[in-house]
Amino acid sequence: MIMKRFLGLLPAFALAALPTAAMAEPIKIGFVTTLTTGAAVIGKDQQNAVELALDHMGRKMGGRDVIIVYGDDEFNPQKGKQKTEKLVKRDNVDIVAGYIWSHVLLASKATVLDAGKILISANAGPSPLAGKSCHKNFFNISWQNDQTPMALGEVLNRKGVKSLYIMAPNYAAGKNMVAGVERTFKGEIVGKDMTKWPTQIDWAAEMTKAKAAKPDAVFTFYPGKHGPAFIKQYQQAGLTGKIPLYTVYTIDSIGLPRMQKAGLKGVLGTFMTQFWAPDMDNAQNHRFVADFKQRHGRYPSFYAAQAYDSMFFIKAAVDEVKGNIADTDGMRAALEKADFPSIRGAFTMGKNHFPVQNFYLREVVTDADGNWTTALREAVLTNHVDPYAKDCKM
Amino acid sequence: MNLVLIAEQTLNGLQFGILLFLLAAGLTLVFGIMDLVNLAHGSFYMMGAFLFATFYTLTGSFFLGIALGIPATLAVGVVTEVLALRPLYARNHLDQVLATFGLILFFNQLVQVIWPLDGMSVPMPAYLDGAVRIGFGIEYPVYRIMIIGSGLAVAAGLYFLVQRTRLGMVIRAGASNRTMVGALGVDIKLLFTLVFGLGAVLAGFAGMLMTPILSATSGMGEQILILAFVVIVIGGIGSIRGAFIAAIITGLIDTLGRSFLDVLLLAVLPANAAEAAGPALSSMLIYILMVAVLFFRPQGLFPPKVR
Amino acid sequence: MRRTEFLRPIFLYRAFVLATCAFMPVLAPLVGEPYWTDIFLRIMIWAIAAVSLDLILGFGGMISFGHAMFIGLGGYTVGILAYYEIFNGFIQWPLAVLISGAVAAVIGAVCLRTRGIYFIMITLAFGQMIYFLGVSAEEYGSDDGLIIEARSEFAISVGDASWALDLGDPMVFYYLVFIILVVVLGIVQRIVNSRFGMVIRGVKSNQGRMAALGFDPFRYKLVCFIIAGMICGLAGALMANGEKYISPDMMHWTKSGELIFMVVLGGMATVFGPVTGALVFLFLSEILSNITQNWHLIFGPFLVLVVLFARRGIDGLFARNTKER
Repeated sequence: MIMKRFLGLLPAFALAALPTAAMAEPIKIGFVTTLTTGAAVIGKDQQNAVELALDHMGRKMGGRDVIIVYGDDEFNPQKGKQKTEKLVKRDNVDIVAGYIWSHVLLASKATVLDAGKILISANAGPSPLAGKSCHKNFFNISWQNDQTPMALGEVLNRKGVKSLYIMAPNYAAGKNMVAGVERTFKGEIVGKDMTKWPTQIDWAAEMTKAKAAKPDAVFTFYPGKHGPAFIKQYQQAGLTGKIPLYTVYTIDSIGLPRMQKAGLKGVLGTFMTQFWAPDMDNAQNHRFVADFKQRHGRYPSFYAAQAYDSMFFIKAAVDEVKGNIADTDGMRAALEKADFPSIRGAFTMGKNHFPVQNFYLREVVTDADGNWTTALREAVLTNHVDPYAKDCKM
Repeated sequence: MNLVLIAEQTLNGLQFGILLFLLAAGLTLVFGIMDLVNLAHGSFYMMGAFLFATFYTLTGSFFLGIALGIPATLAVGVVTEVLALRPLYARNHLDQVLATFGLILFFNQLVQVIWPLDGMSVPMPAYLDGAVRIGFGIEYPVYRIMIIGSGLAVAAGLYFLVQRTRLGMVIRAGASNRTMVGALGVDIKLLFTLVFGLGAVLAGFAGMLMTPILSATSGMGEQILILAFVVIVIGGIGSIRGAFIAAIITGLIDTLGRSFLDVLLLAVLPANAAEAAGPALSSMLIYILMVAVLFFRPQGLFPPKVR
Repeated sequence: MRRTEFLRPIFLYRAFVLATCAFMPVLAPLVGEPYWTDIFLRIMIWAIAAVSLDLILGFGGMISFGHAMFIGLGGYTVGILAYYEIFNGFIQWPLAVLISGAVAAVIGAVCLRTRGIYFIMITLAFGQMIYFLGVSAEEYGSDDGLIIEARSEFAISVGDASWALDLGDPMVFYYLVFIILVVVLGIVQRIVNSRFGMVIRGVKSNQGRMAALGFDPFRYKLVCFIIAGMICGLAGALMANGEKYISPDMMHWTKSGELIFMVVLGGMATVFGPVTGALVFLFLSEILSNITQNWHLIFGPFLVLVVLFARRGIDGLFARNTKER
C-alpha cells in the first residue's frame, strides 16, 4: 500500500517540476461553512451561491478548471479548525474561503495563515482581524461586525429617535452589535437586555420591560432562527405598530419566506441597515439575484451575496496572475487591487483588507410578485472605513 | 418600576413555570417510578412540536393540530420505550444517561432529515392573538393566558389521576416500591410503558403549546431539558407536587431575576460592572438556586417517602 | 510478572496504541496523510482529560457532568496570561494546574455532599456556571474565544548556559504531549494501586462500609476530585497550546458528556481505557463526518449500542479472560 503511494507520487513529482504542466491542473478552493445543525440553512445558501458563481464563470479561473472542496464546521470552532486542517494539509487546497462565524474563523485562521496560504472570509468580521491581528494574507469580503450597527445608529439619529431600548443576545457578536449602535447613536438608551444565548428564545419578560419603558424605538439583533421567533413575539406582545423596530442581521431573505407563510405582518415596514439588498442596481447583482431566484425559488440572503462575491473576487486575482495561484505575492497584490465585478457595484478594498463600502437603510416591503423582501432606501454611511483599521499595522 | 410591570412579570414567570412543570412532571414520574434518567425527554418536547406543526399546517386548525399531535407523540414515546429503553431499566444511571444522550443525537438529526432544515413555523390562530386587559391596567397576551390555563388544567388532571384513581394509586405504589407492586400482580411492563407514554405526551404537549411562539427547530429540547432537570432536583425526584412547586418557583425566580436584576445590581455596583454582571448572573440564577437547595436539602424539597 | 504475561493481548494492544502514537509524526506523512498527526495530537490531549475523569468516575464512582470546566480553567489561565503577554510556561502551566485544583476543592466540597443523580446535576450546574462566566468575560473574547498568539515558552538560563524548549515546533510539542500522557498514565496507575486508591475504590463499592472501617469517605473523595481536576487543568493548558485558541465552548456540558463517553467507551475503571475511548471516539467522528453530513444519525445509535452491549468498554473486551483491571 505504501509502495503504491510512493509510485503514485513519482509522476506527480515529475509534473510539479514542470510549471506549465502543473498549470493544467485544476485550482482547488477550500470553502468552510455550516452544512449541518440548525444553522445549515445559512451554509446551504452560501453553497448555492458559490455553485451559481462558479457556473456563471464557466468553472474556470485564469484558464484553469476550478474544484471546490467544502468543509462543514458544524457550527463549532474545534470542528471548524479540524476541517480547515483537512483542507489545507490533506486536500492541499490553494486558497481557503468561507467562515460564517467569528469564533470558527478565529480558531481556524492560524492553520491557513501559518501554511502561507491566503484566507478570505465571506462573512465573519471580528474586530481583532481588522485591527490588532490583521494579516497580509487575510482578506474579508463582507464587512466588519461593528459597521452595520454603526450605520443603524446613524439611522436612528436621522429619524429623530431620542430614546432607545436594546435587546440582544449576550455573546460576542451580540455585544459587538450593541457596541456598534452605541458608537453612533446620540440619544438616550433607556434599557438594555442582554439575553442568554442561544438557549433563550422566549422574550416575554424583556418585552414587558420594553413596553413599560416606553422608548421611541427598539433595537434588536437576533440572528438565525431566533429572528423570526423574536418578530413573532414582538407582534404577540402588541408592540408591532406601537414601538418601531430596528434590527441588524435579524431579518433576511432566508427567514422572510417563512415569516410570510406564518403571516407575521409585523415585519413589514421595519428598518435595518446592510451593505446590500437584492434590489441593488448593477448588472452583476441583477444577474445574481435573478438566476438565484430561478434556481432556488427565493431571494438570496446577504450571506449568499458575499459568498458569490468571494468567488469573483478570487477569480479576478487568479486571472491577474494568469492562473499561477501559487504566486502568493502576486495574488495578494491582485486581491488588494480588488478589481472585480461586485454585486455591490464599485468596490474598494481597505488597507486592513476589509472593504471600504457604503451602508444603506433597508426596509421590508412586498415586491411586485407579492413576496416579502428587503429594499434599499438611502445610503447612511458612505465609503465607510471600519473603526479598527487604524490599529492594523499593515 | 411600577406595580403593573411587576404584575406582568409575575404572570410571565408563572407561565414559564407552568411550561417547566409540564416537562418536569413527565420527567419526575419516569424517574420516580422507573428509576430511569431520560435525557431524551427533551426530544419528545421537540417531536411534539414538529408533529403538531405538521398537523396544524395540514388541517389548518390549531385544535386539530393538538388533537392529532397528542396521539402521534404518544406513539413515538411508546415505540422509543419499547425499542430503546426497556433494556435500560436494569442498568445504572450512568448507562441511562449515556444511552439517552445518544438518543438525543439521533432525534436531532432525525428531525433535520424528515422536516425542513430550519424547522417549522406556524401562525398564531387569530382568535388567540393579541392581548387583553385583565384589570388594574395590566395588558397580557391572550395566548400566554391560555398556556397558563391549560397548564393548570393539566396539573389538576394529573393530581386527580394520581391521587384519586386506581391507576394513580398503582403509580404511587410503584414509586414507593416497584418490586412489591410487581409481586402484587400488576403488569409492571404495561405500567412502565403507560407512565412513559404519559410523560412523553406531557412533554410533547408543552412543545405544542410553545410552537406558535417559538417555532419547532432541531435541538430545541436540550435548551429546556436542563431546566427541567434542575426543577425536578429542586422539587425532589419522584414527586409531582414537588415538581409543580419547584417549577413555579424556578419560573418566577428566572423571570423576575431577568427583569429586575439589572436594576438591583445598579443600586450596589458601578454601571460598568452591573452591565457585565447582570446577564452573567441571570444566566446562573437557576443553577445557583439549585445548588442552594441541594446544600440544605440534598434530596430536594419534597422527596417522596421511599419504602 | 513473568515474561510471557507481557504477551497477553491486553498488553500487546496497549503497547501497540502507544507505539502508534509515538510514531505517528513519522508514519503519517509516509502514508500520505500528514494531518493524522494533528488528529493524534488532539486525541492524546483529550485522552489526558479522559484519564483524569476516569479517576473519579471509573474508580471513584463520581459521575461528574462538569469535568470539562477544568479544561476551560486550565486553558483560559494560559490564554489570559498570554493575552497579557506572559508566555512563560513555568508560570502558565503550574498556575493552570493550581487554579484548577483550587476550584476543584471549592466545588468538590459543595458537590460531594450529594450523591447519585443529584451529584450529576450539581456538577453540571457548576460546569454551566463556569461556562457562563467564560461567555460573559468580554475582555477575553467571550464566546468568540481567545486567540493565543504563541505557545508557552520554556527557557532556563543559568549564567551563560541556557536551555529552551520550542513548543512552536510541531514535533517538539507532539512529543511533549506524548510524554505527558505516558507520565499521567503512570501517575494514575500508581494512585489507583496505592492505599489511597484502595480506599477510593472501596468507597465506590460501598461507602457505608468504608465509613464503618474508619475512613472519611468525603475527604478521600474530595482529594481524588482535586487531583482529577488538576490533571484535567493540565490537559486544558495543553489544549490551549495545541489549538492556539480557547473558547467557552470547550467547557459546555456536552463536552463533559463526550468525556464521559470516552471513558465508558474505553472501559471504566481501567487506567488505559480512556486512551482507547478518546482514540475511537475522535477517530470515528472524524471518519463518519467525512462520509456523510448526517453522521449523528449513525453515531447516536452507535453510542446507545455501546452502552447496552459493550458495558465494560473496549478495554473490557480484551480483559474478559483475565483478572486484569
